[in-house]
Amino acid sequence: MEYRIGLAQYAPRLGEVDANLELADSWLRRAAAEGAQLVAFPELALSGYLLSDLVPEAAMPATDERLGTLSRAAPGVLVVIGFVEETHDHRYCNSAALLRDGELIGVHRKVYLPTYGLFDEGRFTRPGQQIRTQEVGEPLGRIGLSVCEDFWHPSLPMLQAQDGASLLVNIAAGPARAPGSAAGTRSIAGWHKMQDTYALLGTVAIAFCNRVGNEEGLTFWGGSRILGADGSVIAEGPLYDEALVMGSLETDDLRMQRYQLPLLADERLELVRRELDRVIGERAGMPVSEDTAE
Amino acid sequence: MSHALEEAPLPAIDASQAVAVITGFIRSQLAQTGYSRLVVGLSGGVDSATSAFLAARAAGADNVMALRMPYRTSAVESEADAMSVVTALGCQTELVDISPMVQPMLALIPGDEDAALVRRGNVMARQRMIVLYDRSAAFDALVLGTSNKTEALLGYGTIHGDMAAALQPIGDLYKSQLRAVAECLGVPQPILSKPPSADLWPGQTDEGELGASYDDLDRILFALVDRRWTQDRCVRAGLDASLVERVARTVARMEYKRQLAPAAKVSLRTPGIDHLYPRRRPGSRRELE
Repeated sequence: MEYRIGLAQYAPRLGEVDANLELADSWLRRAAAEGAQLVAFPELALSGYLLSDLVPEAAMPATDERLGTLSRAAPGVLVVIGFVEETHDHRYCNSAALLRDGELIGVHRKVYLPTYGLFDEGRFTRPGQQIRTQEVGEPLGRIGLSVCEDFWHPSLPMLQAQDGASLLVNIAAGPARAPGSAAGTRSIAGWHKMQDTYALLGTVAIAFCNRVGNEEGLTFWGGSRILGADGSVIAEGPLYDEALVMGSLETDDLRMQRYQLPLLADERLELVRRELDRVIGERAGMPVSEDTAE
Repeated sequence: MSHALEEAPLPAIDASQAVAVITGFIRSQLAQTGYSRLVVGLSGGVDSATSAFLAARAAGADNVMALRMPYRTSAVESEADAMSVVTALGCQTELVDISPMVQPMLALIPGDEDAALVRRGNVMARQRMIVLYDRSAAFDALVLGTSNKTEALLGYGTIHGDMAAALQPIGDLYKSQLRAVAECLGVPQPILSKPPSADLWPGQTDEGELGASYDDLDRILFALVDRRWTQDRCVRAGLDASLVERVARTVARMEYKRQLAPAAKVSLRTPGIDHLYPRRRPGSRRELE
């Protein structure tokens, strides 16, 4: 079955939540009109990225009626959108909401907050504590959400693939580093390699929505992509410019793809867990187990 | 030192991509502040010419005011070169001779020794800043900076003088990268080929004052700053040890020029320490009547 995905690659406005809700509404309607069944927006699409102390002002709970209202603009369409979430106990998270017909299906809170180099996210937001997948019904079944830097940690997409995801949706606000130089090219190539590898090793489709535009001196690079579960590039957006990136997955292919390349089924999760437990224990200075017999 | 230094190259850049990013940055700064115009001081040198070309490409030549602000000792070719930029762009321009403004102040600075020369240069740079900001109010525009990354790192500029601006379009371009961007934009050839000079006194050249060529400085800065090399590694790659040491020391000594002056923290919340906002946010954009 053909499953149509739209990626809204545009520039949200920094700190202007109401204006961003209107922008998102117009991109959502446009994507739905082109037949999108799932529409992904960038990271922090409702707030902009370089918020610093604007975080509390831009924040809303995941149950905020404005999110539901936005998704009702496109009946039946799955919406993945980034926003600053304020939890009931007043933690502020960089979150992705998954909605359909006004209903909140799930939330992913960014697990890995980059706080190095040009990034300062851990100064202003708190990390999520869960890596889960969400049931969205046929033909996708389960999907896994993540936010930008989360994808630089392969444990997350591989966990989501093991948890039954047929599609990984990563929403991003990726700033260009050294654009026009070899280092800049390597930075974008790094994103491509990583996505190609996850699709291949997870036999899982990938939708990556990265924003464009400028904040302060940063320029966000776009280049949103849709990959099939065999790693094939189905759609790719332009660098730096706004675009509605549309592409279709053939979901019937997944069954034979996973028969031909049964990596997920062959994974030795218990073995991995045992060895992880050992590594974690040793790092914490716990006694090393003497029992090493096979 | 200018033999083949494959291990310590000049910082390369794809000029057309840099132009796309920088013009996008300028447009975004204008949109975020609520302005549509820019003023830029045009000296006849490659930095200000490149800034003016970027401004015209981003905002349209009609929205760019290029200010020529010669002093009586400025090189005569500077004015011709500045006018060649105005002609090429078709932007607006004004001539403001700073001599009568500067001379009474310079009369208070004694001697012709080096220290006095630098003080005189600073007075000229700051007088140009006063004119730029005054004209920016009259022209309803933002002041576009013309400082490059090499200068900023070496502190080769006058604080509150030529370093003063609302935005710095070429502030992350090394001098050697800037030349590539200038060529890509079509900056007139005489400007590209003459030796860089602040033109604050006759015969002054940047490379004479800095004591090294821009290429040598850029190789070292690129290695130390962008690649985070140790001085030792720079030397092993063939860079001159004493120059590497001097550049590293200068970058550290000039840190103060690149940051706002600190305030002693005596309150709960202090700008720059724990009162942290993007420069532009809801409510900060100027609203026109």
